[in-house]
Amino acid sequence: MPIAESDIKWIEAPKLGFLEQLYLPIVYDGLKTTIGHIFGKSKTESYPEQEPKLPPNYRGVHRLNRDEQDRVKCVACYMCATACPAHCIDIVAAPAPAGWTDREKYPETFVIDELRCIYCGMCEEACPVDAIELTTLYDLTGYSREQLVFDKEKLLGIFDATTKSGTDPVRSRSGALGPASETAKA
Amino acid sequence: MPTVYVNDKPVEIGAEKLNCVQVAAKAGVEVPHYCYHPALSVVASCRMCLIEMGELKDGKVTMQPKVFPGCQTPVKDGTVIVTGDYAKRKGETALPYDPAYKPGDRTKKAQADTLEGLLLNHPLDCPVCDKAGECKLQDYSYEFGHGESRLMDAKNRPANKPELSSKITLFTDRCILCTRCVRFTREISGTSELQVVGRGHHEEIDVFPGFPLENKLSGNVVDLCPVGALGSKDFLYTQRVWYLKTTDNVCAGCSTGCSIHTDANKDIVYRLRPRENLENQGHFMCDEGRWGYHYTNAPDRITRPLTRIDGALKPTDWQSLSKLKETFEQAVFVSAKKSVAVLSPFLTVEEAYRLGAAFKSMHREIRLVLGPVPLTGVDDHYPKDVKGNAVAPTKFTIRAEKCPNRTGVESVLKKLQGEVISFADIAKLTLDAIWFAGGYPNPDVVDAAIPDDWAAPKLLIVQDLFHSKLTRAATTVLPATTAFEKDGTFVNHAGYVQSFHRSVKAPLEVRSELQLAFDLAGKKGLATVAAVRKDFAKELPQYASLAEIALNTNGRLTLATV
Repeated sequence: MPIAESDIKWIEAPKLGFLEQLYLPIVYDGLKTTIGHIFGKSKTESYPEQEPKLPPNYRGVHRLNRDEQDRVKCVACYMCATACPAHCIDIVAAPAPAGWTDREKYPETFVIDELRCIYCGMCEEACPVDAIELTTLYDLTGYSREQLVFDKEKLLGIFDATTKSGTDPVRSRSGALGPASETAKA
Repeated sequence: MPTVYVNDKPVEIGAEKLNCVQVAAKAGVEVPHYCYHPALSVVASCRMCLIEMGELKDGKVTMQPKVFPGCQTPVKDGTVIVTGDYAKRKGETALPYDPAYKPGDRTKKAQADTLEGLLLNHPLDCPVCDKAGECKLQDYSYEFGHGESRLMDAKNRPANKPELSSKITLFTDRCILCTRCVRFTREISGTSELQVVGRGHHEEIDVFPGFPLENKLSGNVVDLCPVGALGSKDFLYTQRVWYLKTTDNVCAGCSTGCSIHTDANKDIVYRLRPRENLENQGHFMCDEGRWGYHYTNAPDRITRPLTRIDGALKPTDWQSLSKLKETFEQAVFVSAKKSVAVLSPFLTVEEAYRLGAAFKSMHREIRLVLGPVPLTGVDDHYPKDVKGNAVAPTKFTIRAEKCPNRTGVESVLKKLQGEVISFADIAKLTLDAIWFAGGYPNPDVVDAAIPDDWAAPKLLIVQDLFHSKLTRAATTVLPATTAFEKDGTFVNHAGYVQSFHRSVKAPLEVRSELQLAFDLAGKKGLATVAAVRKDFAKELPQYASLAEIALNTNGRLTLATV
């Protein structure tokens, strides 16, 4: 749609006075900031010797959470794959193994392409059982593209590593399917 | 003319005997319902279709003081129906209601209360339920229900029943006891496997011990289930329904040619569902057709051309087959009387016509032959009685003829050469060249049609889906397309014509039969059914209406009857 003439507001450049034409006050303003930083407290971080302290809601590498019995918490509902704007999550669902009495479905494979991911956190938000979470791991490197396609074991491994190191403690133990979708009762 | 008023909108019903749900549908108003199904008897047990009704008489509307189940209540001249959607209608109140009466309020409350009742014991496990996305319980709760449940007690958690049937599983806790499945097995299949056991809150769908739900129409209970209680084991957990792209198609399983929906994602067919078509099969389809699509994705399918080098079939590409047309033409030219082109009853009318015309243009004396027609047993009519005998009136028929288009291909053959030659007639002869346009999902049919002492001709070009006795003797094997992978037209046993669009793309190296026919006829460019239909509409007057069908791109099916 072309912009209507009535919506356009024409502005003239302001006229420069004598001081402005000298440019000296502007140069002085700039120098004040620079010199101030020389004497102020240093804000430089000596990464990688000194690692940054990240807030718990930082959106880094994903992890797949485990439940109390160390099984994968995910129920393979595809909500994260559906919500994902980058289409980087690939799940193959299967009937839960015999003995898993609390659920009917579990992910046979769960693959996230960490290179394709845009770290928006929509998967975490969509998950009805708090199974997928973004951690504070940010230094993701690999020698090939294939190395950064994370499968279920790798993602569970990240859960083990991050909970053990204490950087990302278990955030919730709730999230059993069913009652979770209703208002919690006191 | 008898007139019924639905939310103030007059609907003329003529001499039809309708209930409130049907009349409302005519007026474009949806009355939500679970247990009501047009093909089954009415039980009015779900109480979702409640409406308010009254009568317009002497210029005054008298409303009944209670709500009625719409599916069970017939209408007559002057009936006034008010649904919960009354507030959504356009304009002022048109009928002379009592000023104290608030149209729609009572129904709205009744619907919300019904839903609260249905959801009392429902587990709300939508994230893992295969029905989520096409579930009526979700849809109606969203549109008509309360936001939350007031239930304080623990929910009933009856155990699942995967042993209900080899093909179907029951998630007992999701069931809302609409009994559509029970009525289906009693009224349509007649096999009566399912029943409701228990009382009150402990009612469950179940089978008698040792008598599982095994009949040839059992898959329909999955479609009938308005919630996710009955699930097809074939589709269980394979896809979420919102990923599926639905196209309208025709089942190629038997000569009934059931109208179906094909659900596919990324060019893989995952599920077939019956498409309501009262002119053809009705509301249902058989299990053989429903779960018989797996040949499309079969790993042993022929997906690229093969040619015989030093006695063995070797993969090749279409480029190196550019001389195929000349080779066949040469063979036909040398001995046209000993050359045969076989057109299988799995080809569409368009393909049969184009291929037939291409072969006939090579030489007038080449014989066009109808491929082997698969026949299994006798036509299977439903419902059945206890002893398995069919009971009149017939509500569904599984045909013995397991191919979709014998009638169509025969009509083409009659036009092109005046007679239909059966495959059995030429199987005995010693021939010089055969072009076999197959597309048989079951290679056993081809094997059975070949006699043991059959002598393979010098030139045998076979286009088929799977390896058979023919491909093992062939000089060149070409891949074929399935009914899901092409546009076309099938004519069923009764002469009912259905044209359809492709649902999925054929594998990369597969060239469609129609394209091949274009190449054989020396026609340039991409083959389209629209062009073929224009061609043959002149010669086959019974298909003239097909030429008029606009090939729209959204996959909708357009129907015409011969």
